[in-house]
Amino acid sequence: MTVVASKSSMANAWAALWWLPRGIVFGLMAFFIFGPLFNMLLWTVAEKWYFPYTFPLQYGFSSWEKVFAPRGGALESLSNSLIVALLTVVVSLLLAIPAGYALARLKLPFRSLILLAFLIPQAFPNLTVYVNIARIFYEIGLNGTIPGVVLVHVSHGLVYAVWIATAAFSAIDIELEQAARNIGAGAMRTFMDVTLPLAAPGLMASAIFVFLESLDEFTGSYFVGAPDVNMLPLLLYTSAAGGNYQIASITALLLLVPSLVFMLMVERFLKADVLSRVGH
Amino acid sequence: MERNGFLSLSGVASRYGSTQVLTDIDLSIAKGEFVALLGSSGCGKTTLLRLLAGFISPSAGEVVVRQRDVTRLPPDKRGMALVFQSYALWPHMTVAQNIGYGLKLKGIAKAEIASRVSAMQQMLGLQGLEARKPANLSGGQRQRVALGRALAVDPEILLLDEPLSNLDARIRLSVRHELRALQKRLGITAIHVTHDREEAMVMADRIVILDAGRIAQQGSPEEVYNQPASAFVAAFMGAENVLSMNGQPDGDAFMLQAGPANKATAVPFAGRKLSAGAVEARFRPEAAQLFATEEFLPRRPGVAFGGEVLAVTYPGGHWRHVVRLGDREIMADAPQAFSPGMQVVVHVPAESLFLFNSPAS
Repeated sequence: MTVVASKSSMANAWAALWWLPRGIVFGLMAFFIFGPLFNMLLWTVAEKWYFPYTFPLQYGFSSWEKVFAPRGGALESLSNSLIVALLTVVVSLLLAIPAGYALARLKLPFRSLILLAFLIPQAFPNLTVYVNIARIFYEIGLNGTIPGVVLVHVSHGLVYAVWIATAAFSAIDIELEQAARNIGAGAMRTFMDVTLPLAAPGLMASAIFVFLESLDEFTGSYFVGAPDVNMLPLLLYTSAAGGNYQIASITALLLLVPSLVFMLMVERFLKADVLSRVGH
Repeated sequence: MERNGFLSLSGVASRYGSTQVLTDIDLSIAKGEFVALLGSSGCGKTTLLRLLAGFISPSAGEVVVRQRDVTRLPPDKRGMALVFQSYALWPHMTVAQNIGYGLKLKGIAKAEIASRVSAMQQMLGLQGLEARKPANLSGGQRQRVALGRALAVDPEILLLDEPLSNLDARIRLSVRHELRALQKRLGITAIHVTHDREEAMVMADRIVILDAGRIAQQGSPEEVYNQPASAFVAAFMGAENVLSMNGQPDGDAFMLQAGPANKATAVPFAGRKLSAGAVEARFRPEAAQLFATEEFLPRRPGVAFGGEVLAVTYPGGHWRHVVRLGDREIMADAPQAFSPGMQVVVHVPAESLFLFNSPAS
């Protein structure tokens, strides 16, 4: 009786101590994720901060003023980045909607090869690809222009757009379209009234992915855009390389906020039935 | 009823890859007729319906409505409304939008659409549900919305693809009669695909039985039930008991030779086409009558088989017996139970015994 009792009390003691390893693991995870983020937030409001001090010596918003001053360049980069990202989304969707519908509905030969082909820009080292693109664009006068950067971003984002759009269209029961045809709707009318509204959440998710990809794309923007078209990641790079951590942190924050907001939206839009068909 | 003129199919065939799904379908349907396409799964009945709706092009033959060839018309130009087995309601539209969509396509004014949709809801018992999405409806309600959507466009021909198969067994029985009454009232021509024999019998003016892509028999419910044209139709219409016998024509009767369970008996031809040789005899469990051997009066017309009761069950209303006749086991119903081991006579009236020449001989 006593042996059993002491055994169970031992087990209880271990159970009571179980929080310890768990706490350590979660604490470390939190530290590695939120530590750098917190560090970045501190840098955005640090006026004076140098070794060996753990925290900034002086706080203030002078860097914010510098960034958003007309000659700071950040506003220009921000608007360039947003314009490019929005145009990239528009062009990608204009290509991905017909392509995705065809890949989802038609019996295409080499369907999986076509799907795979959109992955090619990602399959090779970015530098090699973009240096060559820059050389070609330079010859045809696209280098250093917004359309040039948009084209580079589209080639990069199309894989998300087409794959997710294909999944979104193939998740729609074909009988829903047949029901519309049967009741008197032409093919185009059926697409606008039935297919497109039902695919909208998936298309929205693909738009968000493309937008985010475009927003923090660096290599292509650097080779094709700079120095005429400056983008946010470029500004982040130059200020961080120049040791200006305040400006770099504020730029990073500007890139981070839309990502977080849109990731939450994607999570709502992308339903399991679409997600399970991505890449099939 | 005038058979030629409204909807007719001639020589229609359909192939899927290398598989022949439909072969040589000739069918003529009168205006206002209710036709059931009956067959087991894979017999091609749904393919035939989709071919009529325009989702599949036939590999041969033509479909004519009112002397107009519609074989190559796209689905939206055919004036045939299909009720899908899955209902295929649009999940992003309300009940009213689903029902009114066909009217909207015709460019009818909003107020007119609203009044016709609410009349349709009234007729189908969907009042008060106009703002609901299909996800918030019961199975029976969805089925009625799907029917309403098809009927709202005032189609000449209504195509029904097993619309009752997703309903509860109890609702299904009443919906059969409602659907039939509605079709009669509207005078609409309906083609109903089903694998349910009873459903086809209760609802249809004419039953078309399909077997492996061909029409095995067509006729009124009484005809296909009482005069099956082939062993397949007899089996499909419930004559599951099968015995192998031999016989030859003898005047205006067919002489069945004595077998392990029966004496030689003459059966009047009564329209049967039989030649000498092996025959397959089929009958329904409910058509057979059971007698204790010592009580049987041998003068009754029909065929009497002697056998032994193996098992008895009570499915409700009557007792069902498994009886061994020679080397075969058959089922026979009786109003009272015969206990296992009893020697009995299974008597099948001549008109309920379906005889077909065996294909092998």
